[in-house]
Amino acid sequence: MKPWMRNSLFLLCGLVLAALVAGRWLRREPFRQPRIDVGAASASASIQAAAARVDAAFASEWKRAGVTPTASASDLTVARRLSLALTGTIPSMEEIRALEQVPPTERLAWWRAHLLEDRRSSDYLAERLARIAVGVENGPFIVYRRHRLVSWLSEQLHSNRPYDQLVRELISAEGIWTSRPQVNFVTVTVDQNNDQEGPDEQKLAARVSRAFLGLRIDCVQCHDDFFGDRWKQRDFHQLAAFFACAEMSMTGVRDDAAKSYEYRFLGKDSKEPVVPRVPFNAGLLPADGPLRQRLAGWVTHPDNRPFARTLVNRAWALLFNRPLHQPIDGIPLDGPFHPVMEILADDAVQHGFDLQRLIRVIASTHVFRAESRSEDAGHPVTAEQERAFASFPLTRLRPEQVAGAILQSANLRTLDADSAVFVRVVRYFQQNDFVKRFGDIGEDEFNGFGGTIPQRLVMMNGELVRERTKEDLMMNAATRIGVVSPNDEVAVETAYLAVLSRRPTPAEQRHFVAALQIDSGTGRSARMEDLYWTLLNSTEFSWNH
Amino acid sequence: MEPLISPSNCGGACASSDHLSRRTLLKWGGAAGIAWLTPLSQLLAREAESAPRGRPARSVIILWMAGGPSQLETFDPHPTSPIAHGSRAIATSLRGVQLGEGMPRLAEVMSEVTLVRSVVSKEADHERAVYNMKTGYRPSSTVVHPSVGAIVCHELDDAGMDLPRHISILPDQWPARGGYLGGRFDAFQVQDPKGPIQDVANPAPKERLEKRMRDLGVVEEAFGRGRPAGLDPQTTLHQVTLARATRLMGSDQLAAFDVNQAPASQRAAYGDTPFGRGCLAALRLVERGVRCVEITLDGWDTHVNNHDLQRKKIGILDPAFAALIRDLKERGLLESTLVLCGGEFGRTPKLNPLEGRDHWPYGFSVALAGGGFRAGHVHGSTDPAGEKREPQEEVQVEDLHATLLHGLGIRPGKELKTPVGRPLALSDGRVLRALLKT
Repeated sequence: MKPWMRNSLFLLCGLVLAALVAGRWLRREPFRQPRIDVGAASASASIQAAAARVDAAFASEWKRAGVTPTASASDLTVARRLSLALTGTIPSMEEIRALEQVPPTERLAWWRAHLLEDRRSSDYLAERLARIAVGVENGPFIVYRRHRLVSWLSEQLHSNRPYDQLVRELISAEGIWTSRPQVNFVTVTVDQNNDQEGPDEQKLAARVSRAFLGLRIDCVQCHDDFFGDRWKQRDFHQLAAFFACAEMSMTGVRDDAAKSYEYRFLGKDSKEPVVPRVPFNAGLLPADGPLRQRLAGWVTHPDNRPFARTLVNRAWALLFNRPLHQPIDGIPLDGPFHPVMEILADDAVQHGFDLQRLIRVIASTHVFRAESRSEDAGHPVTAEQERAFASFPLTRLRPEQVAGAILQSANLRTLDADSAVFVRVVRYFQQNDFVKRFGDIGEDEFNGFGGTIPQRLVMMNGELVRERTKEDLMMNAATRIGVVSPNDEVAVETAYLAVLSRRPTPAEQRHFVAALQIDSGTGRSARMEDLYWTLLNSTEFSWNH
Repeated sequence: MEPLISPSNCGGACASSDHLSRRTLLKWGGAAGIAWLTPLSQLLAREAESAPRGRPARSVIILWMAGGPSQLETFDPHPTSPIAHGSRAIATSLRGVQLGEGMPRLAEVMSEVTLVRSVVSKEADHERAVYNMKTGYRPSSTVVHPSVGAIVCHELDDAGMDLPRHISILPDQWPARGGYLGGRFDAFQVQDPKGPIQDVANPAPKERLEKRMRDLGVVEEAFGRGRPAGLDPQTTLHQVTLARATRLMGSDQLAAFDVNQAPASQRAAYGDTPFGRGCLAALRLVERGVRCVEITLDGWDTHVNNHDLQRKKIGILDPAFAALIRDLKERGLLESTLVLCGGEFGRTPKLNPLEGRDHWPYGFSVALAGGGFRAGHVHGSTDPAGEKREPQEEVQVEDLHATLLHGLGIRPGKELKTPVGRPLALSDGRVLRALLKT
């Protein structure tokens, strides 16, 4: 066969194959049907009752403070909030279409159930929880496997393991960091230079008090409290002494009761042995058992209120992107507490620290549904309203949420475990690279910093936005919407839904339909790319609202 | 949203910053009227003594040797000792001071350099040691400390700058961060300045970008309606940062990155390498008023085949470092710019069976130039036998940091509040007067 014939044949085969693939792609069933039975998804009366208690408490707070709440936001706005909180990304077009098939009164309950069942949620929440428990560092390479810990957390969250049980395991587990992933909570503190020393008691005491008790006892690590006499340096080190028993051995982390903790206190000449003692609620400390198990029992004891309050504060922060009490890990031991903190802490204790229930309760409140804007443009929402949660607080999305939202907006279908392997691999690398360039904010911080200039540059000019909006019929929704929409009105509306999870206002609709029709020398796909670029670069896209 | 640094607002559980400031001491002393008799006078004298002499430096350039360079092949050779394992040394323009044999250009400008051969740290793991060297603090589970460049940008104000003030060229996985000062103090990361700066140019032609920006106004207006703060600058900063980003995209100051505009002879002096170009860009950026530029030269982690691998890296470092010092000097910028060259730790005196050197935090070298440091001075020495872990005139990492900040006119003991209200000193170290000009 002559070379030109061989080449032509090869080219022909390629073209046929490409046509087949493209045809399948375009003819696909556009959206999957809702997978969850609506009846089963309706929230239980008990959850509604708890949510009503929260709403009532807010209502009287607002009355007292003289602030008026905003109206309820649209279902799609609320769906976007919940999706960002639980999966770290925005609803897909596929999900929006499915949601809109559910009867209006059932919609949000269906959405909550849909997301809580979704593996994406447990994966994302596990990462958030890991940041609280072990931070983001790679840690000591030899004895620490962060990804194992995250997968373990994800498994626990997916099976809705009670939160107190999960925390008890983190604090007290023994074994090898690979086969018993919960042990990594302890091994991350091992000093790699000196692994004979074992895990670092002081780091562990700081983590436990901040992550699970919402207290910053580590402030008195080096000196007594400067204000008042609540905490003494001794309190911190007595807490740290509970971890002295944790030792590294051939079989991983093991408790060795013979080990004790010594410290040289400020103003003293030498180290002295420190007896393990809890800084408050000493009556709740189990009398028997290995030290770490006793500590874990005390931390998570149903009557140890700081534990329940911290869980509530963190769950609240997860959903609102702002904690009920600021700072998130500095809740005063003796109050004053937000009345809602107490209502939800009671509920959490009564229901055995059921994290999914807590999320459902908070997400079922009217507060969570409040608009972040006022209906009267002449009287915009005030800072007082935002502070009092009388309007949904406007907060910046986290870097991974922005990355997740860009990637989801470029796909009409939901990017999840069912996505093609190729799509998931691309997603993983693009997301990580983007988060790196965008600037990871590290541990679970809620600092209220505004965006940065490099972030704007990455959004305006960066590779991820360019790659996910450019003309590409196979990979990019921008192009696909332009090609398959029957008219420009539908194209604009679909782009708005896919990127901003809402429909355009009439003015926006008019503006962008006209923009799509102007032939300025660029093709239609380029104009769709412009539309996508514009929506992705809006404040609305990068903020939770 | 509480401001980052709130004046005298002791919201946290422990806050001591307001208790004993120099100013309050002064007030009490003044009221007593016998200030010169009290220990206060000593305090004030010490404070005056520790004030930088002359004008402090305004910018800092950090040549970051990622992986940990070998002091024995670079700044601290012991050619006659067995620990040299065949590495040779050369004489320098400073009498009695030798450098590794691959550094002839730096040897010529040694009279401008301060060599510290006795840096000691407690961190021998890369990630932790990088954190320690870049921030002056050991890693902590409760707070992320800012690196030197972030502190400099936070403490010294700049108006009229379109360029980012804190830049990391060729960053590795741990570029300088703003830590508790916030993401806006993170280093702006750029790759080899040979090509255009990443993300600064919009791929669309100018008219198309302008149309996109006009379209953006339509979406912004719809979103802003009824919202607080009308997306007011104080709340979201979105539109402010958008405007500043757009200003940067169109700024002629960007030309500072473009090393191709420099004369060919100058480019040749720095070496035709990404790192060399990075150093040249750093010079041009500092000329434009950028506060901190970090340029990373990776690949010093020579656990295997130490001599060959170090030699390659030294061949890249030597021309760039020497040319940078020369050019700063020629332009009269060496006094107002502090240059530091170092990595996260040094390398073991003994060769391992694979002819590599492993991590060694017990006496490694850092080279400094400009910024009020004592030029032509060598501080500290390590054991020629490579046995002792305590060098002469030991310098702790935190003390090096305190001295750097001092050279930049920043009081190391100054306390800032972290976002959680905890007061933290910019540095816990002492200013090492021996390293500074007298």
